[in-house]
Amino acid sequence: MKILTANRLTDGEAVWLARDGIWAEGIEDAETARDKDGEARLEAIGKAASEANQVVDVNLIDVELLDGGIVPLRLRERIRAAGPTNRADLGKQARPGTGPAA
Amino acid sequence: MYRYDEFDHDFVRARVAEFSDQVARRLAGEITEDQFKPLRLMNGVYLQLHAYMLRIAIPYGTLNSKQMRMLAHIARTYDKGYGHFTTRQNLQFNWPALSDMPDILADLASVEMHAIQTSGNCIRNVTADHFAGAAADEVADPRPYAEILRQWSSVHPEFSYLPRKFKIAVTGASRDRAAIQTHDIGLHLKKDAGGMLGFAVYVGGGQGRTPMVAKKIRDFLPEEDLLSYTTAIMRVYNLYGRRDNKYKARIKILVHETGPEEFARQVEAEWDELRNGGLKLPEADIRAIEAYFEPPPLADRPEGDDALRAARLDSRSFGAWLDQNVTTHRHPDYAAVTISLKGIGEVPGDASDSQMDAVADLAERYAFDEIRVSHEQNLILPHVARADLKAVHDALVDIGLATANSNLISDIIACPGLD
Repeated sequence: MKILTANRLTDGEAVWLARDGIWAEGIEDAETARDKDGEARLEAIGKAASEANQVVDVNLIDVELLDGGIVPLRLRERIRAAGPTNRADLGKQARPGTGPAA
Repeated sequence: MYRYDEFDHDFVRARVAEFSDQVARRLAGEITEDQFKPLRLMNGVYLQLHAYMLRIAIPYGTLNSKQMRMLAHIARTYDKGYGHFTTRQNLQFNWPALSDMPDILADLASVEMHAIQTSGNCIRNVTADHFAGAAADEVADPRPYAEILRQWSSVHPEFSYLPRKFKIAVTGASRDRAAIQTHDIGLHLKKDAGGMLGFAVYVGGGQGRTPMVAKKIRDFLPEEDLLSYTTAIMRVYNLYGRRDNKYKARIKILVHETGPEEFARQVEAEWDELRNGGLKLPEADIRAIEAYFEPPPLADRPEGDDALRAARLDSRSFGAWLDQNVTTHRHPDYAAVTISLKGIGEVPGDASDSQMDAVADLAERYAFDEIRVSHEQNLILPHVARADLKAVHDALVDIGLATANSNLISDIIACPGLD
């Protein structure tokens, strides 16, 4: 299973392509692709968004569903989704209503 | 400390204008990320996991109160209220928006600072002993030579696209506080038997995934030959350093694979072509740069001995701080103070905007307006009268920066790594 992630051009914020086609600031809103067709569709949207200068560094990443939540397989992406490991008061993990880092 | 002349001001202003235009064109979609990336890297702007990162140059780790206050202002205005002091004696902001970069760089330029050559495969910020000009065991201040190297290497056309980044450190003392043997080039300033100043030259040190200790390739290089010899080293590296594999591209790999003796022979052969050319440093130019680093006028303050004796008896925590964070100065009535940025449980090297402002106030009041950043990621007040140490300590207690752990195991030097 894969999702599409990038950084927003203007401020570098880590974002994920969400189900309604917008770039969400939380991984929980990401749209998942379960097959090659789905991956190709996400990549096409990412390519278009990159060319439209909305986002940079667009990548398809591997994830799994754990307890209903989207969890990246790679540590790098888990940290991106949560925030700095040495500052729990910063990044996504610091948003109101957000639990501890994955 | 070094002050910009008109050329420096014009150069930095022109670079700010140029990069501001490049940022505007990127945000407007007129240039692609592939086109923009090398330009932003030339100006210290990285894209990291969570946001952009801006690395600001602090030449040889020396700055004044005004500059420190500007860093605090940037942290407060454009970032998340803190900055990270680095092992290259620089400062990083971890959350700036790309759209704010022109304003940040203009603010920096107003206090003679910039972010040029803090990333990319070029010669990075030249580092030096953080006690330079204050240390009791110093032969001479290494910073004039670091400044000469900074001026020579800034946008050097031949050395802006090296196989990999390149780091130089200079120490002027017998005890190497600048960690010169973990650098691409390490320079040990010393005097020969006739009292002439020069350098022992070490090449090929480094840390990271392939740690190596630099090898001495010349025992004494006269100061006038600093730039010609460094150029010779750079040319050998630029010619033979690997460009096919970034993990094999640092000069330490070339020195290791070539062998220090053969590498030294190649450098000497190259130097023979250069040594009597235009890169020979005129004596007057060296002394002119040296004049920028004249030590402050240190009046005798003998009352410090009695004051310290009493204060030490009065406070164990002050005594521990004196023992750990205060270093002997060349003037007996003064000391160099290490302000630990390694509070227990805190992120090593981080300082908040209010802490930066407070350190600037202390430097202005007690330390002749001078602050250093150490490669150990602490701050230094290099010239504090011993009579004022208690007042400085108490002020540091108030801002949470009085941890008495300089050079202890909790004085961690840390790379943010994956974060």
